Amino acid sequence: MLEIRDLHASVDGTPILKGITLTVNAGEVHAVMGPNGSGKSTLAQVLAGHPAYEITGGEMLYNGENLAEMDAEVRAQQGVFLAFQYPVEIPGVSNAYFLRAAYNAKRKAQGLDEVDPMEFLDLVEEQLKLVDMDPAMLHRSVNAGFSGGEKKRNEILQMAVLTPSLAILDETDSGLDIDALRIVANGVNALKRPENATILVTHYQRLLNYIVPDYVHVLAGGRIVKSGGKELALELEARGYDWLLEAVA
Amino acid sequence: MSTTLLAPALLSQATAAASAQAPDALRAQREAGARAFEQLGLPTTKVEDWHYTSVASLADASFVPMNGDASGVTAEQLAPYLFSTSWPTLVFVNGVHAPSLSTIDALPDGIRVLPMAQAMTTLGDQVARQLGTAAPADRDGFTALNASFLGEGAVVHVAKEMVVDTPVHLLFVTTDKGVGGMQHPRVLLYAERHAKATVIESWVGLTDGAYFSNPVAEVMVEDGATLNHLKIQREGRQAYHVSTIEARQGRDSHYVSFCFTTGGQLSRTNIYTVLDGEGCGTTLNGLTMLDGEQHGDVQTRIEHAKPNCFSRQIYKSILDDTSHGVFNGKVFVRDIAQQTDGKQTNNTLLLSKTAQVDAKPQLEIYADDVKCTHGATVGQIDQTALFYMKSRGIDADMSRQLLTYAFAAETLETIENETIRDELEGVTMRRFTSSD
Repeated sequence: MLEIRDLHASVDGTPILKGITLTVNAGEVHAVMGPNGSGKSTLAQVLAGHPAYEITGGEMLYNGENLAEMDAEVRAQQGVFLAFQYPVEIPGVSNAYFLRAAYNAKRKAQGLDEVDPMEFLDLVEEQLKLVDMDPAMLHRSVNAGFSGGEKKRNEILQMAVLTPSLAILDETDSGLDIDALRIVANGVNALKRPENATILVTHYQRLLNYIVPDYVHVLAGGRIVKSGGKELALELEARGYDWLLEAVA
Repeated sequence: MSTTLLAPALLSQATAAASAQAPDALRAQREAGARAFEQLGLPTTKVEDWHYTSVASLADASFVPMNGDASGVTAEQLAPYLFSTSWPTLVFVNGVHAPSLSTIDALPDGIRVLPMAQAMTTLGDQVARQLGTAAPADRDGFTALNASFLGEGAVVHVAKEMVVDTPVHLLFVTTDKGVGGMQHPRVLLYAERHAKATVIESWVGLTDGAYFSNPVAEVMVEDGATLNHLKIQREGRQAYHVSTIEARQGRDSHYVSFCFTTGGQLSRTNIYTVLDGEGCGTTLNGLTMLDGEQHGDVQTRIEHAKPNCFSRQIYKSILDDTSHGVFNGKVFVRDIAQQTDGKQTNNTLLLSKTAQVDAKPQLEIYADDVKCTHGATVGQIDQTALFYMKSRGIDADMSRQLLTYAFAAETLETIENETIRDELEGVTMRRFTSSD
């Protein structure tokens, strides 16, 4: 589904990613871990098409197509989804309106008819249960005045509505208490399908107790310095990142 | 060198004529206005408060008093500006009260709504005493001009302890018949002790021709009263609009102003309030949206004259094309006004490279135990927010439109009355997205 080959990216001329190679197949869950500043959030943003990052080398193939040539909205319409570390507040635009606009944009790209507000409400009500959200939240402005936990649940709600093929969760666990973490993790697990894949970007192993990865990759200095199975996360939890960084240095 | 123009000759002639023809009750006021205008004239950009707004083109124009010709104006034409047909609405067409278009027969208990001429007859001295109290004729050239033509306008009076939920709407409309004309209405809003009411003052242009509106509103908010005052300015594209609102507030009162501005080639709104009783507060919010070559200026001045008062301001502007926005927010805290809590926010969104804004917060604080903050930002659409929307599959154009609307919505959300809020949100949404 996703093939990243020797990917280099920089922001304002400063190289951040320095040769990432990673293959993600349908049905897999990959965890990307690493210390602060390792480039893991950059990887997430680059995959979603943030315009601030410049691809300086390598390639990203998504279902065989070159991701770098697609605008962010096209990637989203093709099934790439990024759950933001810091979801953006959009005062004045209701959650329901925003979700429907996104949903219809995807349908339009697939050549399907747009759904009207009533149809859409029926559809979204099912998904609300998944993240234990009050339907009243649909009528509030997108993320405006939401708590940290509510914002992250709202990201998962968007993911549930948009049913992406490739979901990238950027530090979705950060700042969550254990109850919110469970809700978010349950939502992600419930959305798992053999035909879609998930990349979890996280600093902590804690999330991986709830969403079990098939592969764990450790990013440092803009490169993947170690890959392994889920047991690698436990090792990192026990030993920290320093031993790996020293080994690489 | 004088810092003001001499009073333009044509305007001086007109003010003199108005004084000569004044009814007895207004003669002294009009004469004072004419004298003050002769002295003050119109401000030049050398006057500090007029630095960014030149009225030179207005001084050169030769507007004559409007004659109130309301022929051909239909209820259907006014409908888009009414908010609700069931609200008491006093309509003025081309400078003069139009009884046939007004609906003030069924007023809620405790509130009186009168055209100025009728108020002068039935309330006489009560009105005369108020005129010029908050907004004296010699405040500046424009209030002087307004005083010298005193006679049209409206009086809204809310009796003590009356809570009136239904808003009252004062709608000033100019049509093709008003082109080349000027109007100087005076509005008196009086909320007695512990009263609560909402008054909308709308300015609408149904013409693309040039005219000049120069209203003055005097607002009294007595002890414990709350007055919501919305000024909705949707004048014609070529209109000049200069308005002054002067409020005086008693103890524990709350004056809530919302200033919505989209019209006029040149507009200026002055909102001044004096917090003259302990524990009172004011909330002055506004939204200005300009394009083409429009120039829109909003000035506020909040005088904290007593201790323990609060003021809150959120003004936003969205400027496109080569439009020019000005915001000047003055907060003046007297030495006795301890525990003052003031907050001012001013944000501008520039949609084009050629749009321009001049924003100036001004704090003058003479008390030593106060909390006053201000912040001003000028920017383009936030790239992170834009990316957020695009990352959900929403295309770049629509993302920009929605974010522009969202920027505006933050102030519109502060409007307490749901019908007014929904209507203005709709107007704003359609402006940027061509949909509801």
